[in-house]
Amino acid sequence: MDAAQNIAHEIQHDLESDGEQFLTFILAGEEYGVDILRVQEIKGWDSVTPIPNTPEYIRGVINLRGTIVPIIDLRRRFQLEAVEYGPMTVVIVLRVENPDGGKSRVMGLVVDAVSDVYNVPEGAIKAAPDFGSVVDVNFVQGLATLEDVMVIMLDIDRLLNADELSAVEHII
Amino acid sequence: MSIDMEQFKVTFVEESLEGLDIMESVLLDMHPGAADAEAIDNIFRAAHSIKGGAATFGLGDIANFTHVVETLLDEVRNGDRDITQDAIVLFLSSVDCIREMLSADQNGEAVDHAHIEQIKAGLDKMLGSKQESEPDSSVSDTAASTVTKENGWKIIFKPFPGMLRTGNDVVRMFRELAGLGDFSAVVDVENLPPLVDMDPEEAYLNWHITLNGEIEKSQISEIFEWVEDDCELEILPLVDSNTEIVAANSNEMDEITEEGTPVDLQVASPPLERRAEEDRRQESDRRQPARKASSPESSSIRVGIDKVDDLINMVGELVITQSMLSQLGEDFDMGRVERLNDGLSELERNTRELQESVMRIRMLPISFAFNRFPRMVHDLSAKLDKKIELTMSGEQTELDKTVMEKIGDPLVHLVRNSIDHGIETPEARKAAGKPETGVVNLNAYHQGGNIIIEINDDGAGLNYEKILAKAIERGLVGENEDLPEEKVYELLFEPGFSTADVVSDVSGRGVGMDVVKRNIMALGGRVDVKSVPGEGSTFTIRLPLTLAILDGQLVRVGDNTYIIPLVSIVESLLVDQKNVNEIAGKAEVYQLRSDYLPIIRLYEVFGVEPDRRSLDDGLLVVVEGDSKKGGLLVDELLGQQQVVIKSLETNFRRVEGLSGATILGDGTVALIVDVAGVVRLSREDERCSNNQIVAA
Repeated sequence: MDAAQNIAHEIQHDLESDGEQFLTFILAGEEYGVDILRVQEIKGWDSVTPIPNTPEYIRGVINLRGTIVPIIDLRRRFQLEAVEYGPMTVVIVLRVENPDGGKSRVMGLVVDAVSDVYNVPEGAIKAAPDFGSVVDVNFVQGLATLEDVMVIMLDIDRLLNADELSAVEHII
Repeated sequence: MSIDMEQFKVTFVEESLEGLDIMESVLLDMHPGAADAEAIDNIFRAAHSIKGGAATFGLGDIANFTHVVETLLDEVRNGDRDITQDAIVLFLSSVDCIREMLSADQNGEAVDHAHIEQIKAGLDKMLGSKQESEPDSSVSDTAASTVTKENGWKIIFKPFPGMLRTGNDVVRMFRELAGLGDFSAVVDVENLPPLVDMDPEEAYLNWHITLNGEIEKSQISEIFEWVEDDCELEILPLVDSNTEIVAANSNEMDEITEEGTPVDLQVASPPLERRAEEDRRQESDRRQPARKASSPESSSIRVGIDKVDDLINMVGELVITQSMLSQLGEDFDMGRVERLNDGLSELERNTRELQESVMRIRMLPISFAFNRFPRMVHDLSAKLDKKIELTMSGEQTELDKTVMEKIGDPLVHLVRNSIDHGIETPEARKAAGKPETGVVNLNAYHQGGNIIIEINDDGAGLNYEKILAKAIERGLVGENEDLPEEKVYELLFEPGFSTADVVSDVSGRGVGMDVVKRNIMALGGRVDVKSVPGEGSTFTIRLPLTLAILDGQLVRVGDNTYIIPLVSIVESLLVDQKNVNEIAGKAEVYQLRSDYLPIIRLYEVFGVEPDRRSLDDGLLVVVEGDSKKGGLLVDELLGQQQVVIKSLETNFRRVEGLSGATILGDGTVALIVDVAGVVRLSREDERCSNNQIVAA
């Protein structure tokens, strides 16, 4: 087998076994992952326009090239200790699908820092254990160990549709 | 053909609906006996293109139905038939019927077949005996449809000289025929002139085509569908696949049909199968649009070419200004600052004009909404035995498309009311010394940034006593309350309020007027009533021209900029402490001339940190929303500007007290205050805090 064939074979192998790619980010020392196909862009933290009468974790809205996009502080969402935003603080802009078949929405997540992009082979994601009522694992898609680090895979559709963000819509 | 026809279907439906509107309005103008050739031509053209389109998109029901209408119209056009009142009514109901079928297909609903058949029967009856030779009669012969399939067809195809000019391609048609079965054609060059005399754009050739194979006649006629008016076409079954080519001699043709009775029956079989196939196709069609119906935002808009030209001109000017400015910027010194200012003001003008013309694209003349009324008045006056004339003015007044779509139903309701309750019966009118024919007038005009629509009738007017009595009966008003006239008329818009003695199917159920008001309010407009007993009443609808742009007052509260719609601001003033009163030590009111306004501290409602909390010398913006007034306490008035409304719901959700957001010149987001919502919120806050006090 010559070199070229070798490489081609390797690429083929990669493509077949890759499963999915995940973008990971750091939040309070833990690494979380989201499906990279959902990520629209990553931008630095900039000031937002706060929205009255919304939960504290909704920091406000920004102007993303002419559309109004809400920004959610994931630390506050997970009831972690809030920190000052620094130069590493980034906003990951994500596309959130509506499980009811409605329109998809664009939202921004404030996280401590962006970490890496991993290829996660199929089957590497294990279901999260049940923590009872201590932690709501509804929005955890599973856990995966990648290069000796445990990554918590988030189901952003569940996370960002589950609560406040859409609750009012249903009432109306 | 492998082209995806679905993409053209939306256009087809739109065009057909337009065609139907044309047919309807022309029919309404038509008087029995005096058939205006041009009017008939108009209707005929509309019907013809609907038929053609429907056949192309496989909507056989519509095509067949329209075909019958067209045949009848053709007779009228040729002067073989007089246009009678019956015929007009029949045509009108056919228009409704086609519209029904179209919308049923689009929304994936079932069609009311019985109704269609009934109208079709009426049409057939009018067509009379001439219709007998049509394939319709053969459908009844389907009993013998079990006969084996045809094993071939003979087609005699003689194009008229001009056929090719309509864009029809014989080669393509033959290729499609060849796709159906074993194809052979004998060309007849008899008419071919010498080369010198030949016009290359004319068709001179005739063909005798033999097509072997199990083919349905409908498949063949479908191929010739587009040319059937431009050629002589005969499609004859091959009695025996071995038969020699039969010359297109009419005598012989008769022979064939006479001898071959079974042949006739075989011809009869295809329609049945075709129907089954169509049903299936329609079923799948039905499923598709049903999904599409959930995304109505993909609707299209027709724009006049002049508007597009305007836009192009303006973009041209913008480009010139831009290049001027960039040239100026390349080597700039303070000496040229004046030119820079000139350039910038030019740019400002360009931008504003561009914005205006872009907004004009969304503007449609209100005649789109008015057009349905002549028909409605025509039908209703016949039903109620009243004589009513409808006059319309200002039909060319332009209105945003979204507003137009939402104002249609309230308008219908108001016009129905005017006809049913307003205009009296001819006898009553005569007794009151008025002309027998009542007049309903629709008028539209621009005023400021608003469009005003008036619905005016010269009927009996609103009955002040009756409304008041009804209101007292329903407990809306106290027995001895003294109400000004307008307030009484406003009661009409209360839910469930009706003064009609008898509930008719036109109106009187008391559902509606409240919906009318709610719909108009939802568009940011309002509706007023004026009425003079015995002389009639006028409903005035006031609507913003567009929903996309609003004139706003920028205000600052602490670090936040909010936008208050200019339309809801009554005035702004500095608080004079001596006019502030506290009620029960909690609710603050401000005395403004003879009015008392609740003071709403915007920072409290929105939970933000203000510059100042004291009322002394504070700025109060007096606003009115949902006919409730209030004074909003703000830190600073910034300026007024037009803002483009961006929805918060696109990516987030509705927020109480806000009607949307906009992007300011510096790129930051500012929130637009929903005045009615804020007034409501402030009350809830008070109620909450009161409850807390009680609970404590």
